[in-house]
Amino acid sequence: MSSKLAISYHHVTKRFGSLAAVDDVSLGVAAGEFVAIVGGSGSGKTTLLRLANRLIEADSGTITVEGEDARNVDPVALRRRIGYVFQSGGLFPHLSVADNIGITPKLLGEPVAAVAGRVDELLELVQLDRTSHRERLPEDLSGGERQRVGVARALAARPRIMLMDEPFGALDPLTRDALGDDYRTLHRKLGLTTVMITHDMSEAILLADRIAVMRGGRLLAQGTAAELSSSRDDYVLELLRTPRRQVERLNALLPMGGAA
Amino acid sequence: MSIFTDPRWGEALSHLPDYLGNHVRVSLAALALGLAVSLPLAILTRNRPAPRGILLAFASIVQTVPGLALLALFYPLLLLAASLTLAWFGISFSAFGFLPAMLALALYSMLPVLRNGITGLNGIDPALIEAAKGVGMTARQSLLIVELPLALPVMMAGIRTAAVWVIGTATLSTPIGQTSLGNYIFAGLQTQNWVFVLFGCVASALLALAVDQLLGLIETGLRLRNRVRSGLGAVGIAALVAATLVPTMGRSSSGYVVGAKTFAEQYVLSALMRDRLEAAGLSASARSGLGSSVIFGALKAGDIDLYVDYSGTLWANQLHRTDIKPRAELVAELKTALAKDNITLLGELGFENAYALVMPRRRAEALGIRTVADLAAHAATLSIAGDYEFFSRPEWAALQKAYVLQFRTQRQMQPDFMYAAVASGEVDVIAGYTSDGLIAKYELTALDDPKHAIPPYDAILLLAPKRAGDERLQAALKPLLGKIDIATMREANLRASGNDANSSPDAVAKWLWEKVAKR
Repeated sequence: MSSKLAISYHHVTKRFGSLAAVDDVSLGVAAGEFVAIVGGSGSGKTTLLRLANRLIEADSGTITVEGEDARNVDPVALRRRIGYVFQSGGLFPHLSVADNIGITPKLLGEPVAAVAGRVDELLELVQLDRTSHRERLPEDLSGGERQRVGVARALAARPRIMLMDEPFGALDPLTRDALGDDYRTLHRKLGLTTVMITHDMSEAILLADRIAVMRGGRLLAQGTAAELSSSRDDYVLELLRTPRRQVERLNALLPMGGAA
Repeated sequence: MSIFTDPRWGEALSHLPDYLGNHVRVSLAALALGLAVSLPLAILTRNRPAPRGILLAFASIVQTVPGLALLALFYPLLLLAASLTLAWFGISFSAFGFLPAMLALALYSMLPVLRNGITGLNGIDPALIEAAKGVGMTARQSLLIVELPLALPVMMAGIRTAAVWVIGTATLSTPIGQTSLGNYIFAGLQTQNWVFVLFGCVASALLALAVDQLLGLIETGLRLRNRVRSGLGAVGIAALVAATLVPTMGRSSSGYVVGAKTFAEQYVLSALMRDRLEAAGLSASARSGLGSSVIFGALKAGDIDLYVDYSGTLWANQLHRTDIKPRAELVAELKTALAKDNITLLGELGFENAYALVMPRRRAEALGIRTVADLAAHAATLSIAGDYEFFSRPEWAALQKAYVLQFRTQRQMQPDFMYAAVASGEVDVIAGYTSDGLIAKYELTALDDPKHAIPPYDAILLLAPKRAGDERLQAALKPLLGKIDIATMREANLRASGNDANSSPDAVAKWLWEKVAKR
C-alpha cells in the first residue's frame, strides 16, 4: 500500500507562533486518487496543502512524496514536478498567457520550440482557443479563463501530482460547475493524483473520490461521502447536512421533468 | 537691438558643445554610479526592515543638505583623501572638477532610487511571490522574472526623478571646477548677462526633459515588452553620451587653463589673459566661476595654470596672517612664501581691489562722514551689507576692533545687488570693492581707512608650479604687469556690468587690451 501512496502525512504538525495550524495530522493519498480537503477558514487546510511541496516547512512529523521523504528533495525541484493551482489563479500579470503556461518547462530548461508546442497542447487541453488567447495578458481574461490558464500552467511540466487551493471558489456557479467537470475529466485522462482544497462540501462530494474534513488544525474524519455520513462527529454531519438540505429544497422548488 | 539679434546668443551657443558635453558627462556618470549603488541596496534590504530604515534615513539626510553645500563639501573631503593616498600609496588624484561633482551628485541621486526601489519591490502582491515559488522559481529567478518587472514602473519613476534632480543640481558644480551648463548661469549672474542666465536655465531644463523622456521610452518599452521603444530610448541615451564625447576627444589637452573666480572682474581678466596667450600662439581656455576657496587649491594641484588673486586674500587665507603690512612689503613676503609651494607670483597688475566701506556720497556729506572713524559714531543707527564671506573675514574683525564699529543690523547679499541696494537706501553702508565701477555709477563714496585696518589687495598674477619655468607663458603675460590702474579697471568693470553686447567679458577684455597696449 505505502509504495502506491503519492503523498503521505505522518503525524505532521505546523505551528505559527502559539497557534497550531496543522496539529498532528496523518493522511495518505493514493496514486491516481482525487482527494478533497474540506474545512472552514482557519481550519489549516491550506497549510496542509503547502506542506506537501514545501512552500511551508513542517515543525514535526514526516511527509513523503511518491515514496520519498520530502525533506530529502530539493524544494525547487520538488515544486517543479508538482502542479500547483492557486486561489484566483496567481497568474503573473506582466506575462502573456503563453508565457504564464510555459514558465515551469522554461525554468526546467526546455528548448523554446518545445515550450511553445507544449503551450498550444495545454491550451487545447483546457479548452481555450489558441490563436485568440496565446498573447493575451491575464487582465484581459474572464475569471473562468484565468483559472483554466492556471490549471494549464500547473500541468505544463507533466506533473503526476496536482495540488489545488480553492481553484474554483471565486467563479460564478455555471463556470464553476463546467470547470469542475472538465478538471475531473483531465484528472482521469492524465492519470493524475489530485489534492483539492474547498470549503464547499457539495463540490467535494461531486468531484472527489475521498474527502478529508479539517477543523482547528486537526483532521476530523476522512473517507468517501458514504463513509463520512456514518461519522459520529457533529461537525462532519453538519457539513453533510447542508448539501442534502439544498437538494431537498431544490427538488421541492423545481418542477420535476422540466427542461433542466 | 531686438532680443533675437543680440550677438550674445551666438556667444552662448559657441560655448554649448563644451558646457553641455561636460554637463551630460558628469550627470550621467553620477546617475550611473548612483544606480549601481542604490539598486543593489534596494534589492538587498527589501525584506530587512532594520537596515532598510537606516539606509532611507541616511539618504533622506543627504537630501536635506543643499546641493551647493554638498558639492562644496566634497572638495575638501577629496583633497584630504588625495593627500592621504599620496602619503600612503604615493598615488594622488585631482580633487577638483569631475570627481567631487560626480560623487556628490551620485549621493544626491540615491534617495529617489532607493525609496522607489524599496516601495516598488515591497508593493508586490505576496500571492504572486508565493506563485513564483510555487511554479518552481529560485529566489533569484523570482526576483528577475517576477519581482523586478512588476516593480519596474515605480522604480523607473524613481530613476527619472533622480535624473531630473541630478541634471538640475549639476549646474551648481561650476564653483568646484566642473564645467557645466551652470557656467552660463554663474557667469551671467556675475556680469549681469541675462541672456546667459536664460540660456543656461533653458538648456539644462531641456536636457532634463530630454533625458526624462528617453528614460520614459525605455520604461514603457520594458513594460509593454516592446523592444523598439526600449531600444529607441537606449539608443537615445547612448547617442547623447557619444555626442558629448566627440568634441572633447578632438580637443588638445595641452592648452593653458586660465582660472577665474565668480565675479565680473575675474571673468574680464581671465578673458584678457587667454587672449594674450592666444596672441602669443599658445592654446588657452578659460575655467570660470571657480569658488574662492577652490581656485588656489586648483592652481597648486595644476588643474589650472594661472589666475589673478589679491594679495590680502592670500595673506589671510593661505598664510593665515592677521597683521597688516604696507603694499609692497606684503607682496614681497607673499612671493617668498608662495615660492615654497613652487607657485610663481609673476607680478602685480597695478590696481588694488580691496574691501572698502561704501555709502552714497550725498548721505555721507550730509552726515559729515569721510572716514570709517566718522562712521563709527553713527553706526548704531545704520545697517550694513556685505558679500557672503565678508563678515567672516579677518578684515571685518579688524575693522570692528580698530574703530569700535557696531551696526544696527548686518546682511549678506549677492555682490552685484549690493550697490543698487545702498544707492536706493535699502541698506545704509556696504562692504564694496574699490575697483568696482558701480561706485562711480551710483555716485557712491568709499570711506577712508586711516588706521589701515583693511590690508592691501593688490591684484597679482599667479602661475601653477608646473609652469614655473615656462618662459613663453611669462613673456606673453609680461605686457599686462603694472599696466592696469584702478581707474581703468573701474571703467572695465562698469562696462562689464552693463546688459548689452559690449558688456560680455570677451568684449570688455578687448577694450581693456586696447587701452593697456598703448602704455
